[in-house]
Amino acid sequence: MTDLLALTALEAHEAMVAGDLDAGEYTAAWREAAAGDELNAYLWRDEGGEEAGAIAVERDCIAPIAVKDIFCTEGVPTTAGSRILEGYRPPYTSTAVRKLLEAGAPVLGKTNMDEFAMGSSNENSAYGPVLNPWDRGRVPGGSSGGSAAVVAGGLAPWAIGTDTGGSIRQPAAFCGIVGLKPTYGAISRYGMIAFASSLDQCGPLTRTVSDAALLLGILQGKDPCDSTSVGLEGGVALPGREDLSGLRFGVPAELGHDEYDSGVRAVFEATLEKIEELGGEIAEVSLPSSEHGISAYYVIAPAEASSNLARYDGVRYGMRAGGDGDLIEMYETTRSEGFGAEVKRRIMLGTYALSSGYYEAYYGQAQKVRTRIAEDFEGAFSGVDFVVTPTAPSVAFGLGEKTDDPLAMYLNDFFTVPMSLAGIPAISIPAGLAEPEGGGPQLPVGFQIAAPAFAEQRLLDAAHALEQGIGFDARPEGLGG
Amino acid sequence: MAELEAVIGLEIHVQLATKTKMFCGCELSFGDEPNVHTCPICLAHPGVLPVPNEQAIRYALQIGAALNCEIAPRSIFHRKNYFYPDSPKAYQISQYDIPICGAGRLGDVRIHRAHLEEDAAKMIHVGESGRIHGSGASLVDFNRGGTPLVEIVTEPDLRGAAEAANWARLLRETVRQLGVSDVNMEEGSLRVDANVSVRPAGSEELGTKTELKNMNSFRFLQRGVEAELARQRELVEAGGTVEQETLHFDPASGSLTSLRLKEEAHDYRYFPEPDLVPLAPTAEMLREACESLPELPVARIARYEEMGLAHDVALTLATGPETADYFERTAAAADGVEAKVVGNWVTGELAAALRQANAEGGAASSKVSPESLAALVALVQAKKISHGSGKTVLGIMVAEGGDPAAIVEREGLAQMSDSGELEAIVEKAMADNPDAVEKIREGNGKAIGAIVGAVMRETKGRADGGEVNRLIQEKL
Amino acid sequence: MIEREQVLHVARLARLRLSEQEVETMVGELSGILDHVDRIGNLDLEGVEPTSHVVALENVLRADEPRPSLPRDVALAPAPEPQDGAFRAPSPQAE
Ligand SMILES: [Mg+2]
Ligand SMILES: [Zn+2]
Repeated sequence: MTDLLALTALEAHEAMVAGDLDAGEYTAAWREAAAGDELNAYLWRDEGGEEAGAIAVERDCIAPIAVKDIFCTEGVPTTAGSRILEGYRPPYTSTAVRKLLEAGAPVLGKTNMDEFAMGSSNENSAYGPVLNPWDRGRVPGGSSGGSAAVVAGGLAPWAIGTDTGGSIRQPAAFCGIVGLKPTYGAISRYGMIAFASSLDQCGPLTRTVSDAALLLGILQGKDPCDSTSVGLEGGVALPGREDLSGLRFGVPAELGHDEYDSGVRAVFEATLEKIEELGGEIAEVSLPSSEHGISAYYVIAPAEASSNLARYDGVRYGMRAGGDGDLIEMYETTRSEGFGAEVKRRIMLGTYALSSGYYEAYYGQAQKVRTRIAEDFEGAFSGVDFVVTPTAPSVAFGLGEKTDDPLAMYLNDFFTVPMSLAGIPAISIPAGLAEPEGGGPQLPVGFQIAAPAFAEQRLLDAAHALEQGIGFDARPEGLGG
Repeated sequence: MAELEAVIGLEIHVQLATKTKMFCGCELSFGDEPNVHTCPICLAHPGVLPVPNEQAIRYALQIGAALNCEIAPRSIFHRKNYFYPDSPKAYQISQYDIPICGAGRLGDVRIHRAHLEEDAAKMIHVGESGRIHGSGASLVDFNRGGTPLVEIVTEPDLRGAAEAANWARLLRETVRQLGVSDVNMEEGSLRVDANVSVRPAGSEELGTKTELKNMNSFRFLQRGVEAELARQRELVEAGGTVEQETLHFDPASGSLTSLRLKEEAHDYRYFPEPDLVPLAPTAEMLREACESLPELPVARIARYEEMGLAHDVALTLATGPETADYFERTAAAADGVEAKVVGNWVTGELAAALRQANAEGGAASSKVSPESLAALVALVQAKKISHGSGKTVLGIMVAEGGDPAAIVEREGLAQMSDSGELEAIVEKAMADNPDAVEKIREGNGKAIGAIVGAVMRETKGRADGGEVNRLIQEKL
Repeated sequence: MIEREQVLHVARLARLRLSEQEVETMVGELSGILDHVDRIGNLDLEGVEPTSHVVALENVLRADEPRPSLPRDVALAPAPEPQDGAFRAPSPQAE
């Protein structure tokens, strides 16, 4: 073994199983790497302290993993990036993390995130923004920015995050790694702190598509603790496919060029050519309702969030402020001091959308748009195997660039939100580099592939073949490659 | 001004007697130490999810079947959002526009709906409790939080306080006999709220209603509704208008106090609970619910009235299935005797005898077997013994059981057949009471009682009253 | 478009206390977002079934079997100010 950290999680797993790699040594190397976090990507790291016992694995044989701080881990600080949960240590462990531990993956640490997963830049964390390893003046994307940054920045071999409207795919794209949002229901949500319950889904952030497949195989499954979980029938096999012959890839006709940067467009078009080189076929599909995705999403998600975040009331756990006044005074002081600006904004938006007199106009209408969007995809998939788009309209933008314009920030999710609303799986793979608008060093561009519900295996196979064809091997400076 | 008619509808919360809570595996209990039956789910920790208790669904379907409700082929849960320390998620998982049980009926009252939901936690209000600041506090016990509830809502079909209380009693007995709840009002496993309004008699539209809460007994329910009806009638007759509000009944003073809630507290922002999937009762679940139903009070009352029993006797029996079954076995054993007579003995003489002996449990668990009671009633009906002797024998049977005929023999209570002997006793009694005899001759019928009494004393009640009267008249 | 009064009402519903400054910005930002969102208000979606769920599941239920509860001290450990084995909250009476 020359450089342990150069191994993909799959390579390391195979080496450990074969006995060529000492699990303790390998995990130790990663703990050391994680300790060098200069990106503010970790909120907590397992330094073998008292907490470590709480999440000890049976046997190491799977690469250690970084976990988004939205997953409850018994005895270990879990904040969801919020002040209101500062110091909170859950009395139980989420199903996703339990499955990782049972599989033998030690938890390296908990990663930074936008507060309650609300954001596309990681600037909404109560614990400070995460820096993009490619350019520390830029955001890593969000809300799973910490998980994307640790993988891209060599601070973890792989990580898990959550995706509600693009929170895995967009940071994966901004950081030049692979990010998969599985079909809604593929992985249990139990113990995953809720943002928008009908959209939230756990997924892998990895260096390669094969790593994503290995991780998805561990995480997926029906869970008696989650009524909405289904699992993936037959599990997940490692992708082996080498070409794309016989596969049809649909490009939405509605994909107007004004929606995204020219640099992104160049990479996207080059990737379409690559697909054809590999034997795949490009077709046009129509997703007429997708243009309303953002509108529907920014009604449904905040509405569910306004209810999901009502439990943070200072009574049973977490922060309490203004406890000397009457009940309402305590509620309002606790929540006003405990929540950040974006969370308050979305609670307000969602409460308004559900309040009497507005329900039908907003929530009811958004649910119907959601139906239309799902129908659009069903129609598209009758003619093609996959729908492809850029993952994000731009490369990673600068810190503070969009913070004073929430709508502009929301429009960043333009390409990823429709799949979330339809509940279908979508993966972002690094497809190349592009110069940001207004110049600067080149940054990664993500290519999004979406498939019908529960077609993860076909999605991973195709993504793997395309990944091999593209051969993206750029790494942030200082990390070789 | 036209007579004001009372219009009353009830909302009844029934705690289901499942082993565990509605959405988590915590055990249900009553009167345990606070917060010993909680988990991350019922404390609403971040990230937890609810999973419905199958038994609660089955119990709800049984209640629906007992109330003749239409069962929704597909119903969903909603979130009812409100902030309060007894609601850990700050929303209650309930049902909104598609409840599991739709329109139904119990007796003369139509059921509007019956839906599933979860109970709130218990709050105890404490004072300063040693704190230097603050304005008192609430202590929250989550043991009860998450208990499965079925909320039954009636149509406004009740027209008086007593009628409302009696119907609520019938509902309670019906649910009790289903065995799906303890229906204990003191312990709160049955809670009744009343929606009360008045309107000119004959009018069709409804007046503004007020909601009465916290009437934890049927007596209080009746008193609370009576008080509120009186208040509304006075108000309206004085030309005033009733305001929609929630009133809290104070059993101690019998008075109603208004609970002023912040106006926005009424905006519950209901929306479909995304953490739960729809309920679609299977054919098997529906069949099981119907087949599990015992014969319920309403049906029993009807059947007993068919058999000739008076309504109140039928009602008494129907509200005690064990005694009712005892009655039926006795009636079957007592051939040649009307069921009406047997019913009177079971709810009358036997009940009294058991009370007098303050025997544990009812007729079914007493020393008096249906067969022996049937035999006793037959003896009395056949005038083998007098009614009075019958009660004496029953008293002995309650104390030590045994066969009535044998007891009659042993105690020598058989009716006097030899009229020669009786004649002698009657003559003596008349001789001993000359002034009574005199009064009778003067036409004072009542006076005969003194002589009959004397005869009965002499014969220890073995004489047949009718026969004694005949002999006296003959001797005059 | 959303009015200042509506913002204050919604904040009360959501148990948020907003500073004067926050109310100002909230009125502007929410109005901007709602203007965008309002586009779906004009769509004719008559007869379209609303989607509140993408999973086609029914009757996912749990057997009525007790599972261990938390030890009380564990349940109360994260509570701001437990008292007498219970969670403590300011009294609503003091309104
Ligand atoms: Mg209710
Ligand atoms: Zn529980």
